[in-house]
Amino acid sequence: MKLHLKIWRQVNNNSKGKFINYDVDNVSEHMSFLEMLDVLNEKLVHKGEDTISFDHDCREGICGSCGMMINGFAHGPGAGVATCQLHMRSFKDGDKIVIEPFRAKAFPVLKDLVVDRSAFDRILQKGGYISAKTGGIPDGNAIPVKKEDSETAMDAAACIGCGACVAACPNSSAMLFVSAKVSHLGLLPQGKIENKERVKKLVAAMDEEMFGSCTNTYACEAECPKEISITNIARLNKYFIKATL
Amino acid sequence: MINLNSNIPEGPLEKKWTNHKFNLKLVIPANRRKYNIIVVGTGLAGASAAASLAELGYNVHSFSYHESPRRAHSIAAQGGINAPKNYANDGDSIRRLFYDTIKGGDYRARESNVYRLAEVSGSIIDQCVAQGVPFARDYAGYLDNRSFGGAQVSRTFYARGQTGQQLLLGSYQALLRQIDEKKVTFYQRREMLDLVLHNGKARGIIARNLVTGKLEKYIADAVVLATGGYGNVYHLSTNAKASNATAIWRAHKRGALFANPCYTQIHPTCIPVSGDYQSKLTLMSESLRNDGRIWVPKKKDDNRKPNEIPESERDYYLERLYPSFGNLVPRDIASRRAKEICDNGFGVGTSKMSVYLDFENAINRLGKDAIAEKYGNLFDMYKQITSENPYKVPMRIYPAVHYTMGGLWVDYNLMGTIPGLFVLGEANFSDHGANRLGASALMQGLADGYFIAPYTISNYLATEKFDKLSIDNTSVTKVEKEVEQTISKLLSINGKITVYEFHETLGKIMWNNVGMARNKKGLQEAINKISELREEFWNNVKVVGRGDNINMQLEKAQRVADFIELGKLIATDALNREESCGGHFREEHQFNGEAKRDDKKFIYSAAWEYQGTNKKEKLHKEKLEFESVSLTQRSYK
Amino acid sequence: MIGEVFISPPKNNINTNNLVTAKIFSYFCNDKISEMNIFNSYLTSSVGKKILMSLTGLFLCSFLVVHVAGNLLLFKNDNGEAFELYSQLMSTNIFIRSIEIGLFFGFALHIYLGLHLWNQNRKLRPIGYKKYKLSENANFESRIIRLTAVFVLIFLVVHLRTFWFEGRFLGAPSIFELVKVSFQNNYYSWFYVLSMLLLSYHLKHGFQSAFQTLGLRNKKYLLILNLVSFIFWFIIPLLFASMPIYFLFRK
Repeated sequence: MKLHLKIWRQVNNNSKGKFINYDVDNVSEHMSFLEMLDVLNEKLVHKGEDTISFDHDCREGICGSCGMMINGFAHGPGAGVATCQLHMRSFKDGDKIVIEPFRAKAFPVLKDLVVDRSAFDRILQKGGYISAKTGGIPDGNAIPVKKEDSETAMDAAACIGCGACVAACPNSSAMLFVSAKVSHLGLLPQGKIENKERVKKLVAAMDEEMFGSCTNTYACEAECPKEISITNIARLNKYFIKATL
Repeated sequence: MINLNSNIPEGPLEKKWTNHKFNLKLVIPANRRKYNIIVVGTGLAGASAAASLAELGYNVHSFSYHESPRRAHSIAAQGGINAPKNYANDGDSIRRLFYDTIKGGDYRARESNVYRLAEVSGSIIDQCVAQGVPFARDYAGYLDNRSFGGAQVSRTFYARGQTGQQLLLGSYQALLRQIDEKKVTFYQRREMLDLVLHNGKARGIIARNLVTGKLEKYIADAVVLATGGYGNVYHLSTNAKASNATAIWRAHKRGALFANPCYTQIHPTCIPVSGDYQSKLTLMSESLRNDGRIWVPKKKDDNRKPNEIPESERDYYLERLYPSFGNLVPRDIASRRAKEICDNGFGVGTSKMSVYLDFENAINRLGKDAIAEKYGNLFDMYKQITSENPYKVPMRIYPAVHYTMGGLWVDYNLMGTIPGLFVLGEANFSDHGANRLGASALMQGLADGYFIAPYTISNYLATEKFDKLSIDNTSVTKVEKEVEQTISKLLSINGKITVYEFHETLGKIMWNNVGMARNKKGLQEAINKISELREEFWNNVKVVGRGDNINMQLEKAQRVADFIELGKLIATDALNREESCGGHFREEHQFNGEAKRDDKKFIYSAAWEYQGTNKKEKLHKEKLEFESVSLTQRSYK
Repeated sequence: MIGEVFISPPKNNINTNNLVTAKIFSYFCNDKISEMNIFNSYLTSSVGKKILMSLTGLFLCSFLVVHVAGNLLLFKNDNGEAFELYSQLMSTNIFIRSIEIGLFFGFALHIYLGLHLWNQNRKLRPIGYKKYKLSENANFESRIIRLTAVFVLIFLVVHLRTFWFEGRFLGAPSIFELVKVSFQNNYYSWFYVLSMLLLSYHLKHGFQSAFQTLGLRNKKYLLILNLVSFIFWFIIPLLFASMPIYFLFRK
């Protein structure tokens, strides 16, 4: 099939960007979206033009590197997939596709579709962990963990930190990301001890990094490639109230 | 003069590590902050080492070519992590894990290292639980296990099909805590391009800032490489797109010996290639072989749909050939059989280059929900890629390059042949011999990072004296200059062939001639072809873009340049090793289709020394001594 | 010993756009904003502000229940006798009067926080999307919450001017008569009905949203929450809207 792409190009963080149109022929429906961009990039190399930069690595939806707005959707149409797992069978011959970087003040564009999401690291750095040092740890079975809690924690821990929640949110809020970590650690007996401090610190860090507040549109949940539930946001709020009262 | 001293401690196998830990020198807590350590890579090994070293009090400088430590490819490991906890009460022990690993590696690993790995692996589980890794649990709240290939016990701990992700997040979080405490400085989007040596010791690195394109110089007292494996030499592999050999290869060119490069693991259960545009292969966890049954039709070129083929006309060939291990034979064997079956014309799918992995029995026995709970995300992933529903039709799988057992040579202290250069995780060659068992890579990465390197690096710092070294010293600037020249050369060639095309060509040579079955003629041919390819690359490669902003073509060009050279070394090593063992299968050396070792001539690790561009590398041998296991022909029948 | 150190520094553009009230509180608490005491943890953090937003919202909702219950007396066929009694009580009872002051503060804080958060959030995506399909990811009422908020505010001003202000300060003799006359005006009544429709949308999002923000929305209670929510976004606005229609058709 043939596709008409409109892609955001920007040389670096300091320069202004703009949309450029590209046509791609002979796209197979079995290709992944990124493979389609690879094919386009190869053509650009042959023409001697600079290729379109986009973050990507594992290409199996787990590393969280890839991420772009495709036709107005973070990671493109379809639920529960990262950009690398999106396949061209989701598009039709002659489709026009607008490809933009994730937009948020907290995610500056570095080049083309590459954004800097290290704000996420700086948030978690403030307490998104259990302060266990290496060594001096009791046996793994010393503290039983309720299966249900462990499963719910795992659901939240599945977050890949791709930033789609921020990109999809009208307020550029990182609540889903932060709440996933707060839930993951807060549900486990090992993590409960630091719960109050953790939630306060993470919320403060989230505000400091210029992420917006949640207005409960739940667009984040709809766009999350790992389908992290907004129940986690409710849980964060509950922990926050417990921690501050 | 290279001295291959493996520094294996004295004493009985079970006591070696305990004794050694006592004999290692320590740095007193107040002095630790005076030392700087560079850790390149933030996967399981790198992140855990950086965090643990920082907790001890050293100043750690952590580097990643990603924006965040959490993007490292350890995150993609699916199945699980081994530990001989014997929670399943099925007779597991440290000795049994040690034995399984040595046997699984076809007796080509260092006994003392493997024993130590088995010994510390239990602590890894404890550590990870304490960090909040949500391992699978039973209804009483205790840890659950599953079984993996090459073992007759259930010792694999798992977090659904995302064990690697959860373990990496554990060590990533430990690392973040140290970053916040200012004990670790994290340098994002920096790619190490060379190693700095001063008076014979590893003292720093040259890294390229991938955002600004600037070269940066970093100096420290020790350098730790935890940069993963080199499976991407084969172009298509299950490794991440950016996974590369540049860090270890450049260290190799500076004098670090490269051991057993030919030991590459081809994983039996991957999603088959679908077209020319294919950019990478996706692994389906080995854990699937717990409940999935591998089969092909008994008839050649059978074009019926899988569910139209009656039970009696199916060949469950692994169960037939290996009744005692069945579908859970080690990876090298499962892969070889799949290749053989397809080469003989029994393969399925449009390309006829795949076999079925069928869950019908398991779903009937345990119910769809139970299967979904165990493997749900893997099934989803398969469906995403192939648009087939594995709950209804069997998966189609084919082997693909997955892991490299070879790597930089290290001694018992995980130090390479350059003093002060420590190599951890997949980047070293130490623990898996000629074949790695499933769920052992995570185990090794974390063992190295949490429980081994912190001791041995302390010992190195305590016993060595360090000269003052400034970044303007010629030992540093000389290396920087060389890196700079390589980069400007790449940008100026402006030839006709793209980096991607070179990589693809290299991959084809490697897969066809240095793949699952190798022979003398093919290997020689590969060496010649790769030499020509290298020549062509440096004269005719086309790298577009600039040097002062993000340029992924330039990044890839450097990586592919190194893959080409490493590919040649892999073929050279494979040609030298006139025997079959584990992942290295020489067609000339087989016994009823199984790998036939030659313990008289090849009971050694081959460590190669770089001799300069286009020169044949020099072979050094580390003889392997086996005191507590007797060498037998591996049998899983 | 390390050579050149290039760290990507944490961005120092700290969100200083905090509430004035927080600064005042912290002045009295002799405390820095950055240190979390109970006041500034609520007044300076995004989550805290949202919690105050939902608490004030729910408080206003509780007022709606009382209000609609009282107003139902309009339907009593006694020429407004009961209703008149009720409005007398409302304007003279000391308890009701003190709640009224609370209501004003509730409204003020709810509106102020709403404006403040909107003002903060809108700056956080300086370059917008060319194509943005929020409509397929978020439901209608959540997307128009600010629009409904503005409209409800306008309605409130008009509503207070017509009834409360007349009765309290201009000494209107009979509130019932006032209601009757106002609702028999076509424009006024249909404006009232439209306002109730928008209030309904506002509550449809706001009510369940408040529970989410207070951490009380989870699978276990979702059904009951949805039921109560239905009363608030459907039944109550419907009852309110039925009043002008009732008078309009009794003309």
